[in-house]
Amino acid sequence: MTNSPLTPGIVPGRLPAEAYRQNFADHEPALDRHEARVAADRCYFCHDAPCITACPTSIDIPLFIRQIATGTPEAAATTIWSQNILGGICARVCPTETLCEEACVREAAEGKPVEIGRLQRYATDVAMAKGLHPFTRAPATGKRIAVVGAGPAGLACAHRLAMHGHDVVVLERRPKAGGLNEYGIASYKATGGFAQKEVDWLLQIGGIEIRTGVELGRDVTLPQLEAEYDAVFLGIGLAGVNALRAAGEDLAGVRNAVDFIAELRQAADVSTLPVGRDVVVIGGGMTAVDAAVQSKLLGAENVSIVYRRGQEKMSASGYEQEHAAQAGVRIIHNAAPVRVLGNGKAEAVEFAYTQEGPSGLTLSAETFTLKADQVFKAIGQTLTGAPGTLPVAGGKIAGGSGKVWVGGDCAAGGEDLTVTAVAEGRDAAEAIHIQLMAL
Amino acid sequence: MADLSSNFIGIKSPNPFWLASAPPTDKKYNVERAFEAGWGGVVWKTLGAEGPPIVNVNGPRYGAIWGADRRLLGLNNIELITDRPLEVNLREIKEVKRKWKDRALVISLMVPCEEDHWKAILKQIEDTEADGVELNFGCPHGMAERGMGSAVGQVPEYIEMVTRWVKQYSRMPCIVKLTPNVTSILPPAMAANRGGADAVSLINTIKSITNVDLDHFSPFPMIDGQGSHGGYCGPAVKPIALNMVGEIARHPDTRGLPISGIGGVTTWRDAAEFMAMGAGNVQVCTAAMTYGFKIVQEMISGLSQYLDEKQMSLNDLIGRAVPNFVEWQHLNLNYVTKAQIDQDLCISCGRCYAACEDTSHQAIAMSPDRVFTVKDDECVACNLCVDVCPVDNCITMRELPKGAVDPRTGKVVGDFADWTTHPNNPMAQAAE
Repeated sequence: MTNSPLTPGIVPGRLPAEAYRQNFADHEPALDRHEARVAADRCYFCHDAPCITACPTSIDIPLFIRQIATGTPEAAATTIWSQNILGGICARVCPTETLCEEACVREAAEGKPVEIGRLQRYATDVAMAKGLHPFTRAPATGKRIAVVGAGPAGLACAHRLAMHGHDVVVLERRPKAGGLNEYGIASYKATGGFAQKEVDWLLQIGGIEIRTGVELGRDVTLPQLEAEYDAVFLGIGLAGVNALRAAGEDLAGVRNAVDFIAELRQAADVSTLPVGRDVVVIGGGMTAVDAAVQSKLLGAENVSIVYRRGQEKMSASGYEQEHAAQAGVRIIHNAAPVRVLGNGKAEAVEFAYTQEGPSGLTLSAETFTLKADQVFKAIGQTLTGAPGTLPVAGGKIAGGSGKVWVGGDCAAGGEDLTVTAVAEGRDAAEAIHIQLMAL
Repeated sequence: MADLSSNFIGIKSPNPFWLASAPPTDKKYNVERAFEAGWGGVVWKTLGAEGPPIVNVNGPRYGAIWGADRRLLGLNNIELITDRPLEVNLREIKEVKRKWKDRALVISLMVPCEEDHWKAILKQIEDTEADGVELNFGCPHGMAERGMGSAVGQVPEYIEMVTRWVKQYSRMPCIVKLTPNVTSILPPAMAANRGGADAVSLINTIKSITNVDLDHFSPFPMIDGQGSHGGYCGPAVKPIALNMVGEIARHPDTRGLPISGIGGVTTWRDAAEFMAMGAGNVQVCTAAMTYGFKIVQEMISGLSQYLDEKQMSLNDLIGRAVPNFVEWQHLNLNYVTKAQIDQDLCISCGRCYAACEDTSHQAIAMSPDRVFTVKDDECVACNLCVDVCPVDNCITMRELPKGAVDPRTGKVVGDFADWTTHPNNPMAQAAE
């Protein structure tokens, strides 16, 4: 090994092999059977439980936890999957501390919620390891539905449609199905190729054909799909990335955080991935945290997240922020990039302090500069490639029409979360089913 | 620190915590460890008649039920009386008693219901200098089928007869250990009293099957695919034991008969409750078998602190709740309470609501934002909400003062009045 965290520039192999293995291992290991029983015992089995209300997919959490407590994690998994067919990945990536676990009455009682996310992972892991797929298809309806986008929304929609006996074709622009589960999540949250395993597991229902490398607008148009299929579901996500709108954005070393995260997820050997010595991530969401933490894990010496507003406005959860801090990432609030400095390649970023006023955010005259040979932009994703026939409001598709339904991050309403996308895909499938079968 | 020294039927011990006759008291090694840990006394595991020792099964002897976090709540066993030779036990008892003079050491006995057998065993133990004997009329498994243990305890005439023999052939204080496997505990207690027993101890274990193996379809503990009933003990049996102790303590025919309280005593609080219900001391087994002998330290410090806080002596505590243990017909029907929920403590789990709405009186309202309030005009004060609430003291019962109107019945809360004078009672005696 010739490189170290101190090597200037953007280089691979900053760490010994063992460090990479440790850094990118499962960051929250699975509960074993005993741990799960102990954790499950803490559930109070609340009436009309607040955790269910807080879950975008409305999983019957007290019931599945009781099923774990009574030694039937397989039944627990069935309860989970009945509402959320991607319950496995959601157990890993959901910001449970702002959803079910925030609502848990034991959070109110003693500040320690039942570990719902980890229990959900336990149940789904046990059942998947046993090869259980407790759903079967209804008799064939003869209806054919196109699902555009094999992300969480599309997959959830496809599975539910297939269950109802419809035939589904999923069109995906990328080489693999899974969407952000496969391309947009930190590696240590979905180790062991879990996202692909879950897709393969989901497809066991049958009646779903996935066609990768097919992009809406490039390879096929919405009118074509509407003509060919009985219904169309669009779950195309947010494929664009917001620009910094700061001078020097084009310098080498400045790139989109989502591309970096995707590259990490697809890398067979992360030690071959180059990373800067001084990394600056601009943004305040989960993507910023995932990019910053993984930069640190790849061996960057200094990693900073710079967010233009205050800590309370960060969309990354408190848990994620703490995770970043523990990994050694410095989080700077109330500062916005003015320009990226450098001669041909990034060397530093100049920031101005910001102030929140009645007229919005203003930049102060006072600035500071952070050394940066690598700069990641994580200031939000945008809708691109939406068919022009659909109404767009607030940067999202405002709803379907006729034979077309929409869901997931590309659709208006709900937070941009995997679990929300699953709920929207599932609900769209039910709506499509009702319409097609004239129920 | 309160004085916990105990004098139970003339047997002195530094505290009222004895280990019951059971596996923890089967041999010198265990008993000395118990004394080192601080136990006030032991009842040595039951000795049988001279001859070939008892044999035990060679598979599992215990079954259990658990609460949350696998807390052991109930234990049952199919172990028999001591399976060690009589002379070994006698030698060890003598050695232990000589070494630990300040501790109580009582010997549990179980021999066939024949006068000669009892005469013989009493003579054999005389030399040990033990403080007393406890007659095991309680063991409900294995020995009962051979006409001993609970087979004796279920026949008051036998209890009286054997107790008389023991008092006739021994100078030792005699405790009769009763079985709860009877319709009423009073006839056996009265029989012991008539026979001249110095005390009774109760309860022994309850006939039980803790669980059924759903793979082999056998009761548990399972021996080669089969199981027999065992004797049940531990925290789960405490309510049964407290009632039986109280019944003996308050009955005119047995009032004053010393009682050694047994049955699920796990903490100082359990011990204090048994003593308030009339027990002069307590015997412990399952708690020690679950957590080891060290628990006695908590029992000592806890009971001591409680007595200090109440400014009571140990004797003040004994039997203090007995006058308040009455039959239902004497309960005040004009005592009216309503549940009230402390909204600051409430964690909004809704268990009170589910319990009341589904299974009781529909007396708790739930708002859309999960605020739970009691409907006084529906609340019968049953206490179920208090019992299912996971937060201590979040739901409490508020007494309506005399003269207040109960919104449920529209009636004014009046003076004491019980069922014996209630107009709906056909047997009511009209006040003169």
